[in-house]
Amino acid sequence: MPMLRWVAVWRRNLRVWRKLALPSVVGNFGEPLLYLLALGYGFGAFVAEVQDMPYLMFLASGIVCASAMNAATLEGLYSAYVRMAVQQTWEGILATPLSVRDVVLGEMAWTGTKAVINSAPILIVAAALGAVHDVSALWVLPVMLLLGLCFGAMALVVTALASSFDFFMYYSTLVITPMFLLSGVFFPLSVLPAWVQGLAQGFPLTHAVAVARPLMSGQPLEAPWGHLAVIAAYGGVAVIWAVWLLRRRLLR
Amino acid sequence: MSGARGLPLPPSAAAEAVVRAAGLTKVYGGIAAVNGVDFTVERGECVGLLGPNGAGKTTLLRLILGNTYPDAGALEVLGLPVPARAGEMRARLGVVPQFDNLDPDFSVAENLRTYGSYFGLGRAALAARVPALLDFAALTERAEAKISALSGGMKRRLTLARALINDPELLVLDEPTTGLDPQARHLLWRRLRELTVAGKTLLLTTHYMEEAERLCDRVMVMDRGTILASGSPADLIRAHIEPQVVEVFGAGADAWLAARGAGQVERSERVGESVLCYVREERPLLDALAAEAGLRFTHRRANLEDVFLKLTGRELRTAS
Repeated sequence: MPMLRWVAVWRRNLRVWRKLALPSVVGNFGEPLLYLLALGYGFGAFVAEVQDMPYLMFLASGIVCASAMNAATLEGLYSAYVRMAVQQTWEGILATPLSVRDVVLGEMAWTGTKAVINSAPILIVAAALGAVHDVSALWVLPVMLLLGLCFGAMALVVTALASSFDFFMYYSTLVITPMFLLSGVFFPLSVLPAWVQGLAQGFPLTHAVAVARPLMSGQPLEAPWGHLAVIAAYGGVAVIWAVWLLRRRLLR
Repeated sequence: MSGARGLPLPPSAAAEAVVRAAGLTKVYGGIAAVNGVDFTVERGECVGLLGPNGAGKTTLLRLILGNTYPDAGALEVLGLPVPARAGEMRARLGVVPQFDNLDPDFSVAENLRTYGSYFGLGRAALAARVPALLDFAALTERAEAKISALSGGMKRRLTLARALINDPELLVLDEPTTGLDPQARHLLWRRLRELTVAGKTLLLTTHYMEEAERLCDRVMVMDRGTILASGSPADLIRAHIEPQVVEVFGAGADAWLAARGAGQVERSERVGESVLCYVREERPLLDALAAEAGLRFTHRRANLEDVFLKLTGRELRTAS
């Protein structure tokens, strides 16, 4: 089935990941887990409740989203760049019936998968710590898949423009870090100046947190589709852009 | 895509043409890397593209793969227009790239299986093909080895085996033996010979004249984006070059050529420190040279390198 050729690219990455699954799991969700425990209990001692929920619960729903973003971003930047420019894996793939579009779709699907792989354990730990209200929190996982696809596609745009690993510092510092800090992961957006709040409404991560937090805390979920549409729009534009840029780069 | 200025392909005389190109052109930064080339490759042929680095060989192969869009001209590979239907065409094509791009995250056998999955080959098909290809590449013992543990020759053979995973009709090889030691090169040549005997069509680039002479039914001499001549190695030598070459070396070579030599040779070329003298009969010249004091000389038969030198005015080995 030509429409599903990209699945072979996704499966290639899955096979490589399986070989190194243990160290990569430890590395990738160990850090957000430490954030959760240290900040959750540390700050939690000062701020008992935020937005009518324990701080640990508030933070856990944010950390789940942030770790999905970071996992997809790292995969779409560094790992994809290695496959493109260092190992020439994509060049090999482009000598088969697969096209640049297949490569981008397969890589993007993999970044979404990585986002789920990395955020699911945090959800489990949060549940064990009592920071999850009920089983409907599992709906967070498809949201993390969407968020991963979105940030993966955005990272692939950056990778398509990169001439070396150093280039990624701009994207990390100017795009990812501000989102990480200003999307309501660690504290409610309402404490920020109005113009920063306005800016934060442009961040896909803000919209993911806005959906994940009620799902995990059991608070009423308001207008989720609008938030999901913002994330999907970013991802949709990014994937089309990434295909266009990579065609220009690889089929020169 | 770029058909506006494309020439229509002439009706095929031989229905079995595997590659047909007409007026094929690719321009990079104002310079035509491939400049209006016309050629065909017939089914079952082994064709060598011979030329120095920068001649346009790799660009021509990329055009054939459909991995770069031509600026002008028309191209048909395995009966399909390229790049329009390149994906479909590549299902029946095998590629050995100039630089190995084996997957370092996988073992030898996993490399073959993963590559097969890009062609949509399932478990059953791979279970049948992978052991046979490992055997062909003399890598059965190393099936589980990591890529980093392979020698250069082993990597090249694995790349060749990988290119055969889809049982392709046409195999395209970009400098398949560059960088290999003579032993590894001979083993690879033997494998390529087996493929031509098995009826595969091969198109390979090389800047080794010996490789072209050994492997290829037909050679296309390429330089600066154009194909200068095409024919079997023996035909090219016959058509373009006097059959015997006497190389005269050393400080006195120039003086000798100016004073007496010029009258005794049909044609001569200066290459570095030596003078290449082309003649139909070498005996009289060798006798005359033996009478000269202080000149060193050797005699050999003309080869493709001499053809190349005459057609382009530069040496194949050192041109870049």
